[in-house]
Amino acid sequence: MLEFRNIVKKFKETLVINDISFSVKKGELVVLIGESGCGKTTTLKMINRLIDPTSGTILINGEDIAKKDVISLRRNMGYVIQQTGLFPHMSVKENIEIIPKVSKINAKKIKDKTLELMEMIGMNPDEFLERYPIELSGGQQQRIGVARAFAMDPEIILMDEPFSALDPITRASLQEELINIQTHMKKTIIFVTHDMSEAIKIADRICIMNNGKILQYDTPENIMKNPINDFVSRFVGKNRIWSSPELIKVKDIMIENPVTIPPKASLFQCMEKMREHKIDSLMVVELHTNKLLGIIKAKHIQPYKNRNIEVEKIMKKDFSHALPEESIVEVLKLINKTQESTLPIINEKRCLVGLITKSSLVTTLSQPFVEQKEVI
Amino acid sequence: MKEFIEYISYSYKLIIDLLADHLRLTAMSVGLALLIGIPLGILISYVKKLKKPVLGVTNVIQAIPSMALLGFAIPFLGIGTVPAVTIVVLYSLLPIVKNTVTGITNINAETLESAKGIGLTRFQVLTKVQIPLALPVIMAGVRIAAVTSVGLMTIAAYIGADGLGYLVFSGIRTLNNNQILAGAIPACLLALFVDFIGNTAEKLVTPISLQTNSKQDKKQIENKRKNSLIFLGISIIFIVAIFVLSAFL
Repeated sequence: MLEFRNIVKKFKETLVINDISFSVKKGELVVLIGESGCGKTTTLKMINRLIDPTSGTILINGEDIAKKDVISLRRNMGYVIQQTGLFPHMSVKENIEIIPKVSKINAKKIKDKTLELMEMIGMNPDEFLERYPIELSGGQQQRIGVARAFAMDPEIILMDEPFSALDPITRASLQEELINIQTHMKKTIIFVTHDMSEAIKIADRICIMNNGKILQYDTPENIMKNPINDFVSRFVGKNRIWSSPELIKVKDIMIENPVTIPPKASLFQCMEKMREHKIDSLMVVELHTNKLLGIIKAKHIQPYKNRNIEVEKIMKKDFSHALPEESIVEVLKLINKTQESTLPIINEKRCLVGLITKSSLVTTLSQPFVEQKEVI
Repeated sequence: MKEFIEYISYSYKLIIDLLADHLRLTAMSVGLALLIGIPLGILISYVKKLKKPVLGVTNVIQAIPSMALLGFAIPFLGIGTVPAVTIVVLYSLLPIVKNTVTGITNINAETLESAKGIGLTRFQVLTKVQIPLALPVIMAGVRIAAVTSVGLMTIAAYIGADGLGYLVFSGIRTLNNNQILAGAIPACLLALFVDFIGNTAEKLVTPISLQTNSKQDKKQIENKRKNSLIFLGISIIFIVAIFVLSAFL
């Protein structure tokens, strides 16, 4: 959809953008993030040609934007900026309708679109359309800014720190609305911010920039788990992931090689294996396929005097389990509900891939508080 | 006092005639100054290289004493209406040009960038954003220009322009105080009147949204605007009446 190819930008002799290439897929929300002066806003402004690159090409749907008519390019691209983006001398209605009007779209269509947009941003048209920006709160102004960006039904929307001047509560609610709108409208959004928690909250992919270069371009999850270098991990914040636990997946914290036993093994063998590994439960799996058949616990074996019975006869066959892609939050809920001390992790083929126990959970969850040696 | 009233009632036709001339010449001068000054102001706010020389020249003109400037005009333009209007136009340029530049260049850069970024053409940015936002400042310049023009037009009678100055100067020459006052008083009133019109117009062109700083609510402001409009209407009728009177008397 949108592609940067070897973009370089120099302001006089200073290199602002140092040969960056990246692409954005249709319907993706990409956040450009970095410290002030890292080139993120410059990168954004090159997309609607407020700034032209010194060299390199930017393609939209395979077409070089430098060859397109700049006015129609901008009209088919939403642009939201911080605070003063609205025209102070125009009412809300005039602000939203300015581009449709100068593009000579018929009046009825414009009117319907405006009402639709007001609904989208959750503001009552009767109450707000005739007001001036100065009569609105910061959050409301920014909502109107977002509505204006959608007025021409653009495929791409550029947002330059749109929420950074708002108070935390308003900001959070606007971020949520943006996610909502994005899931409904499926626009391609390029969003610039310097706030990592904002980026993690809204982004499909995050592009971390420093000194005019892209350091890492990946999903929020991967960036938090595998920061590519010290700068990124410092920027992301070591324990950042704990503030969004839904991003911690079962596979990140599970014990990967749980102790197993074949179904034909005797109870005696089970007891031995438990003693050997100092554990109180075993996963019963089919030989070779690793398919999970049941769980056997020490307390289940206790009543049986005859230790030669095959384990499959007495193992527990109905057990709760989780998939490796599930989040830690769901696992915690499940464990709270079932009060099981062990939770096998299986894949779609019901093969055992790991195990979560109450004690392994405690170890994981205590990480941010106890020590920071290991970052998952 | 009695003599003065007698003088007025005797020569009211002449006074109204001169008042109409004065108004006409002033309006003509200010109109020309607007036609030259505003485009010039817009031009130099875009072409930065021209800004200094243009403002420099208008500044110099403003610095020349008005009497001297009128004197300069005679060798080139002779006497009468043409040199008078020319001089008044030149004199009015500075406030108009300067305020236009200030108004246009002082608009918030982010507002302009967003105008550009959402896809307005340069001309649309100018007409839909810059001029409306700069209009109050431009109007303030026009008001200053208009008031100075009324005064200067009085002096311009010295080089043969029609207007209330004629009464003042001939009154001085003939030591006729009543005649002097018959010219000076309407000239003063006219200046005050023009200033008031300018003030009203200035308020009218200020977007409602930029007036709410005084915590008045929108309704109040809207009512005020209505009154201002009525006032402007009356003023226009008044001016037309003067012209009509001068034509028929």
